Amino acid sequence: MSSASSDEELGTEYTFYRDKPDWKDIEPLSQDEDDPVVAIDYSPEFTDVFNYFRAIVSKGEKSERALILTKDAVKLNPANYTVWQYRREVLKELNKDLYEELCFIEAIIFKQPKNYQVWQHRRILVEWVNDPKYEKNVTKIAIEKDAKNYHAWQHRQWVIKRFNLYEDELNFVEKLIELDVRNNSAWNHRYFIINNSTGFTEDILRKEIDFTLENIRKATENESSWNYLRGLVLHNNQGLSGNKTITEFCESLYSSGNKSSFLLSLIVDICGEQASKGVVDADVKIERGRALCEELATKIDPIRKNYWRYIAENLENGIKTSGDSSKVL
Amino acid sequence: MGSILKDVELKENIPTTVIFSKHIEFLTDYGQQKESYEAVMTDYLRMSGMYWCLTALELINTSPFPKNDIVEFIKSCQDTESGGISASNDHDPHLLYTLSAVQILCLYDSLDAIDLEGVTRYVASLQNPDGSFAGDKWGEIDTRFSFCAVATLSLIKKLDVINIDKAVEFVKSCMNFDGGFGSRPQSESHAGLIYCCVAFLSITGKLDIVNQDNLAWWLCERQLPSGGLNGRPEKLPDVCYSWWVLSSLAMLGRLHWIDRNALKKYILACQDIETGGFADRPGDMPDPYHTLFGLAALSLLGLESIEKVNAAFCMPQSVIDKLQIHIQMLQ
Repeated sequence: MSSASSDEELGTEYTFYRDKPDWKDIEPLSQDEDDPVVAIDYSPEFTDVFNYFRAIVSKGEKSERALILTKDAVKLNPANYTVWQYRREVLKELNKDLYEELCFIEAIIFKQPKNYQVWQHRRILVEWVNDPKYEKNVTKIAIEKDAKNYHAWQHRQWVIKRFNLYEDELNFVEKLIELDVRNNSAWNHRYFIINNSTGFTEDILRKEIDFTLENIRKATENESSWNYLRGLVLHNNQGLSGNKTITEFCESLYSSGNKSSFLLSLIVDICGEQASKGVVDADVKIERGRALCEELATKIDPIRKNYWRYIAENLENGIKTSGDSSKVL
Repeated sequence: MGSILKDVELKENIPTTVIFSKHIEFLTDYGQQKESYEAVMTDYLRMSGMYWCLTALELINTSPFPKNDIVEFIKSCQDTESGGISASNDHDPHLLYTLSAVQILCLYDSLDAIDLEGVTRYVASLQNPDGSFAGDKWGEIDTRFSFCAVATLSLIKKLDVINIDKAVEFVKSCMNFDGGFGSRPQSESHAGLIYCCVAFLSITGKLDIVNQDNLAWWLCERQLPSGGLNGRPEKLPDVCYSWWVLSSLAMLGRLHWIDRNALKKYILACQDIETGGFADRPGDMPDPYHTLFGLAALSLLGLESIEKVNAAFCMPQSVIDKLQIHIQMLQ
């Protein structure tokens, strides 16, 4: 949750608007505070800026000084959506250089990267100038600072889709996965790029499966890479059990003594799929899957024991469950 | 590369019961403390701040504020032109605060205090041709707003004014390969947005479009060894996700897939025994937002001293019953 921050100083030599000669003509508008639930005691600077902000909004004044005032107001509270809206109206009215505004919002974004309003302001500006040339860099910096910043990823995906900027994007995401194989946002982005550009063709699918297995090997407890693998399989009509690369990888990892719950879960699903296809040793497959579920429920992942028991039960009843994501596609 | 799990460790001397009297004090005093202006009661999100405080108080059977004042305040925040409601006086209307306002009015059985036709008009005006909803006239699109739209309209019995099929189609287009949902098509799955989408589908009676078991598995994978729940893989646990994840699991009929006792222990550990209130993690600063979601999650976990909460609306079940609203809950 973003919040108004008192650390966001307006500078040590703050001059109150009430003391500024060029604001003498404005009568500040203070807020009615008679509600017992919401009575608030603001800092003097905060009160000063917002009393004048209310005054110019009520007059509908769209001037240079109004623009400066909104700058002070958003610095005090960048989450105040009304100030941003008014600022945009003033920018339009005065026909301001929007590239300057892009620089300004960039600086605020880097101070408040988890704030909805600052990113929305940027998106509207990019639409207005119809020019995305700075966006990849701005989001790259934000992502370098916080690899899982939802707003930054969302902005990047918006701009890629809106202006068709898929080129080189796979390299960008590859570097991030190299840096942190557990970055779920990066894995999601990888899916986003491929799905919207080349699509999961047979050739791409093969490469993606190899890439993912290689990364699973680096961190076998990593939920993100296992989920991505399951996402890939949705595009493969052989299913899980029909893909030799995957089944052999799983068996070899398992025989090396690996007990990752995601590995075991995948083997359970492979067993279930094989059994439902009516292989001769269906009973053996089901028994193996059931035993793995029991091991998960009692030893490896007891916090989710009810889930594993449910999967075991479905396995015995011949109901395929967690591998089936057909509703998504 | 070894496995380094992001989590917190619970200390020995953590609270193990709900300290009700402290929470009442905390929620009642919240707006009056000077230093708290920078948290949730500041005017740009005041309507939601009020919803968090007042709903939390209702869940623990307290209602210390004069209802008339609150209803009058809400009335003064409705924009006569668009019909929408703003966070506070002199702010622009927004769907988030329109829902918060309607929720508070339902708590106080005072829906008729505002222009409901205006609210209906406002919500309907924010639907786009692709079925999605904008949060306000500036057009930010997000599945949060799809939820706000149907929750608001359902509470005032006007769901039929929007194109539900299109709205469902948009939410469905935000479903990901892992079974979860994000803010827009193919945005990363996120427990908060999953709640919005699942509650949306529960209110509109379309929960059958989700991949029940896949989604519920993703959700129960959010539980960490500390017992707490995170919102995405590799993130720290946070009390608000206790609510987003748990309520989604409840609507999916899979609440029992997580370890309830471990979660209860984690939520109770996030109480501030000195000031009252719940924080995101043990030892952090408490606030009304986490206090509401902490209490609501404890209610879903079956704590009898807390009022029963409705999983889709995050309001007392008694209020939803009185309005005769039924949500879909999968078995």
